[in-house]
Amino acid sequence: MSTIEATERQVAVTYGAPHKVIHPVWVRVTHWINALAMLIMIGSGWQIYNASPLFGFTFSRHITLGGWLGGALLWHFAAMWILMLNGLVYLILGFASGRFRRKLIPIWPSDVLRDLFAALRGRLAHEDLSTYNAVQKLLYVGILVAGVTIVLSGLSIWKPVQLQWLTDFFGGYDTARYVHFAAMAVIVAFLVVHVSLAVLVPKSLRAMVVGR
Amino acid sequence: MPRQRKPVPGVDAKLLIKDAGKLLPEPSRRLFLRGAASLGALAVLSGCDIIDSDTSENALRVISSFNDRVQALLFNPHTLAPEYPESKITRPFPFNAYYSEDEAPEVDGEQYQLEIGGLVENKKPWTLPDLYKLPEVSQVTRHICVEGWSAIGSWQGVRLSDFLKMVGADLSAKYVWFQCAEGYSNTIDMPTALHSQTQLTLKFDHKVLPRAYGYPIKIRIPTKLGFKNPKYVTAMWVQNNDAGGYWENQGYNWFSGS
Repeated sequence: MSTIEATERQVAVTYGAPHKVIHPVWVRVTHWINALAMLIMIGSGWQIYNASPLFGFTFSRHITLGGWLGGALLWHFAAMWILMLNGLVYLILGFASGRFRRKLIPIWPSDVLRDLFAALRGRLAHEDLSTYNAVQKLLYVGILVAGVTIVLSGLSIWKPVQLQWLTDFFGGYDTARYVHFAAMAVIVAFLVVHVSLAVLVPKSLRAMVVGR
Repeated sequence: MPRQRKPVPGVDAKLLIKDAGKLLPEPSRRLFLRGAASLGALAVLSGCDIIDSDTSENALRVISSFNDRVQALLFNPHTLAPEYPESKITRPFPFNAYYSEDEAPEVDGEQYQLEIGGLVENKKPWTLPDLYKLPEVSQVTRHICVEGWSAIGSWQGVRLSDFLKMVGADLSAKYVWFQCAEGYSNTIDMPTALHSQTQLTLKFDHKVLPRAYGYPIKIRIPTKLGFKNPKYVTAMWVQNNDAGGYWENQGYNWFSGS
């Protein structure tokens, strides 16, 4: 257990909080910084995409950020620092504190199927927010992988000469653009589900704000 | 804006005025904060007064110059841009500019002179026949546009570092500034100018550079984005002050290294 969490629990005990801490303060802080950075990256990324679309569509100007390519690039290459540094802090603390190990593994396919059907029938238990069901575990591991992928593929597009080993890893410059787009699509799809469920189970939103 | 342009033989003044108009093709271009949905979400989350776009724009430009410094550090003078076999050349190689192909400058090669200035010992202008006599280097590299697309091309010309040494340029100067026939301009950092693949390009695919690709001179820099590869170059200045560039001054990142 991390010292941060130990302190949180201490605080909870001292002030007689009714529930145990679900999300320690570092999770909540990095979560909301990430949310802000992701919105900026997605909005500006859509504007950048519009300058040279990979597919037969563009994103409406009403949902993009930056106004034009140059503006969007300024946003994108500013928010990338927030996304990367915050993400790095989150990953380091997640591994070091044992939170990832405790909360995210193991994931058994049979459990995923069982919980998925239960969720679709609206019979999934969510009384105890501190324990993730198998579908949640899978989604949270998936979003971590997507997050790492979008940062690395983004770096490989940004620096295809200086970081050409990384660009080669993603199959070359042109392919890396598709990887970057696919990772964005995964993150946006996750966001839709994630936000919908937070709205359906408001106490989960509360937990991410006040911690319990 | 590029600085005071010098009259260039064979350049249509009307075209220059058209260019100026195209600097701002849509009123929203400079409104970096445009974009209601993302912005609304942002406003809620950050609680900041983001209506003040000047403040945001200034902050973004400060971060952009921080990114210039990061990229200068990341730039390894010995790292070469990947080269490709001739079979990979993109055909037809795309024409790209902020004007259409038939508006591209038409430079008269017989009258043409490359002006050399700034911190250089020998400021004698160069004619095309003299340039064509210099030792030739060749590269097949990927041109990467700031817009995201890329294309592989084949360029031949003089290694820029050799040329700079030949004219006695002060290689400890910070920048090289290029002026182009249509008023376009670029300033690049000296380490990039001295990179072994940075080329004073006279040919595309072993044939005299066609008008579409920058006749008579393009500066090919495979370690930078396409807009940092000026075409129709008429003057080259070695200097210690950053003279900016056409797109850089409008908000594209200055270093724009690949």
